[in-house]
Amino acid sequence: MERRAFYRNPILPWLLLAPQLILVLVFFYWPTSQALFWAFTLEQPWGGGNTWAGFNNFLSLFGDTRYWATVGRSAFYAIAATVISMGIALTLAMFVDRALKGTRLFQSVFVWPYAIAAPAAGVAFRFIFAPEAGLIGAVNEIWPGIWNPATNGFHALGMVIVCHAWLGIGYNFIFFLAALQMLPKSLSEAGAMDGARPYRRMLDLQLPLIAPTVFFLLIMNLISSFTDSFGLIDVMTEGGPINATEVMVYKLYVDGFKGLDYSGAAAQSIVLMILVIALTFIQFRWVEKRVHYN
Amino acid sequence: MTRTRLLSAATTIAALALATAPAMAQTKFEFWYGLSGDLSERILDMCKTFNESQADYEIVCVSQETYENNLQNTIAAFRANKQPTITQISDGGTVDLMLSGAYVPVRQLMEENGYDIDWSDYNSGVSSYFATSSGELLAMPFNNSTAMFYYNTDALAAVGFEGAPQTWEQVETIARDLKAAGYDCPIAFDPTGQWQWWEQFSAIHNQPIASNGNGYGGLDATVEFNKGKFVDQLSWFKKMYDEGLLVVKSKATGETANDAFINAKCQMSSSSIADHGTIGKQAIEGMHWDVTMLPVWEGTERKNSLVGGAALWTLKGSDAEQYKGAAAFYAFLATPKQAEWWSTVTGYIPVTNSGFEAMKASGFYDAAPYKGRELALASLSFTPPTEYTRGVRLGNFGAVRKEIQDAIAAVLFNNVPVQQALDDAATRSNEVLRKFEATYPGQALP
Repeated sequence: MERRAFYRNPILPWLLLAPQLILVLVFFYWPTSQALFWAFTLEQPWGGGNTWAGFNNFLSLFGDTRYWATVGRSAFYAIAATVISMGIALTLAMFVDRALKGTRLFQSVFVWPYAIAAPAAGVAFRFIFAPEAGLIGAVNEIWPGIWNPATNGFHALGMVIVCHAWLGIGYNFIFFLAALQMLPKSLSEAGAMDGARPYRRMLDLQLPLIAPTVFFLLIMNLISSFTDSFGLIDVMTEGGPINATEVMVYKLYVDGFKGLDYSGAAAQSIVLMILVIALTFIQFRWVEKRVHYN
Repeated sequence: MTRTRLLSAATTIAALALATAPAMAQTKFEFWYGLSGDLSERILDMCKTFNESQADYEIVCVSQETYENNLQNTIAAFRANKQPTITQISDGGTVDLMLSGAYVPVRQLMEENGYDIDWSDYNSGVSSYFATSSGELLAMPFNNSTAMFYYNTDALAAVGFEGAPQTWEQVETIARDLKAAGYDCPIAFDPTGQWQWWEQFSAIHNQPIASNGNGYGGLDATVEFNKGKFVDQLSWFKKMYDEGLLVVKSKATGETANDAFINAKCQMSSSSIADHGTIGKQAIEGMHWDVTMLPVWEGTERKNSLVGGAALWTLKGSDAEQYKGAAAFYAFLATPKQAEWWSTVTGYIPVTNSGFEAMKASGFYDAAPYKGRELALASLSFTPPTEYTRGVRLGNFGAVRKEIQDAIAAVLFNNVPVQQALDDAATRSNEVLRKFEATYPGQALP
């Protein structure tokens, strides 16, 4: 039987909850309700009135080929950045876990990128990748015109993805390393005694055992690439060239704040919110329940 | 540690309070503007002069870096009821402001505060952009300009061209000669420079940007830039770009068109007359350059170019004293001495006819470094404004400009056919315009 403690005073629990509730109300539910309202109206940029628009904002959004291109680009961005970032972080964590020389040093060094704010990293990477001056730009001196993110959309998108992945490595690394160090050494040692090489042990033992962490990071990385890409893109490419780096969150910003189309942007933010909620839902309902090995 | 820090903070505040105490009697009001760098410094100079010239008001001038940022931040502030008294809005944002209901018309402001201003003295191109259909100025003309063509006289002389290029045919020939003579970058081109390469081109060649007389006739205008001479012009840009005669220089490539010009890396460029002062100051040692009106195609009857730059809008929500201050500031800007100073240090045109005449009479335009600036006024008043050269009155014009930038970039970088790129841009621009129209149902342009 379950025992529950409860308060006799009906107001006290609400008072105790109040600080948190107020925070959530003011910083989440209030803006969300505003966005929801705008998404169904045509909001005048300077305020002062709006007209009911029904589902028109959503219909024009879903009928817009450029929006779907943005959705596809966001998906590619999310997958590419996640795979690169998690792949590298996992490799690094594996090596650090094997206690090679200098492990302690690497443990802290690999986390550093996470401490750098995205726009700051963006500025640094913009200089590194600048076609006419940067470090990478030097390849243009050997093969003229081979690297130009200012005019080539693929280059620009690749550049932003690499930067995003780099920023995430530290975060992923910490989680991977913690998960790996939680594993009982005996399993790995037993595998070694049976003649499994490190690579084999990684594939057949360690990776399945840290699957919950892998799935957790997968979802977190996907969500972060949908929402955190903004700072990088704004600093590095401003969505260009020719919208080649415009992902959903950036298009939302451009339409809303630069294009003064508050209603269209509100509709987009609702769509993005639903997407992130769906991912979170998957994370809680599906991943947390099923991926367990205890 | 914390304690000492608190203590020092308290002391600082006390000291500040003491220092500013005599100023407390003054009325403070804010002015937000969208310029940065050298031009921003000049505005700060101007604010300082104003504050020192009288004791009743103190203007606080805040740079928001770009016109775009300033518009965004002003809107955000307005919605939160924290807006400045004066804000600087560029040509393209005029309709957004007109319909916002967020401003006090400048004429009313000046009349209520007892200033008698001769409104007919304002340059006709300037007033047709910022005034109602009946000619009443809604905003104070401030930093106005038009697009010009800058060229490196040394380089042009090296390939045997004397004087100023007047036609695009000449520009093409010069560019070819320069290339043959080993110059890497004959013409600097920034795809985000749609203002000079598209809007001004359309005006000078009398091409409609939109129906209804570029939108002056009402909010139901549709864009028409995909039909006229601009289609050929964009094809020409593409041809020149592919031959390496037109070289892309922008923030994204690491060097802007203006920077490439003042470093003598690119020999021809188009930019605002407002940059005349900056180019003169920053051009590398020993470089000779000059400015002229934007070229036209041979056989074209040239029309006047469009006014660019920005005007000062007085926003609702300040108190009577602050409005008095704003009116005093406008009156200060209009004084001949101040107008001449502003025009001298920047390159912006004198916005009043009398101001221009006075500067001409004093010999300002006769010699370097200011020689050439009078051509901006010549360009602006080349002909009386036609239906398509008085300005552009399109709602959310910033979004339309973005479509043009994308179309130009798509043609140059991705080899999208010119007509297709412009048709796409037109379709999208019309969607923007229809949405704007629906956002302000039943409202007409003032």
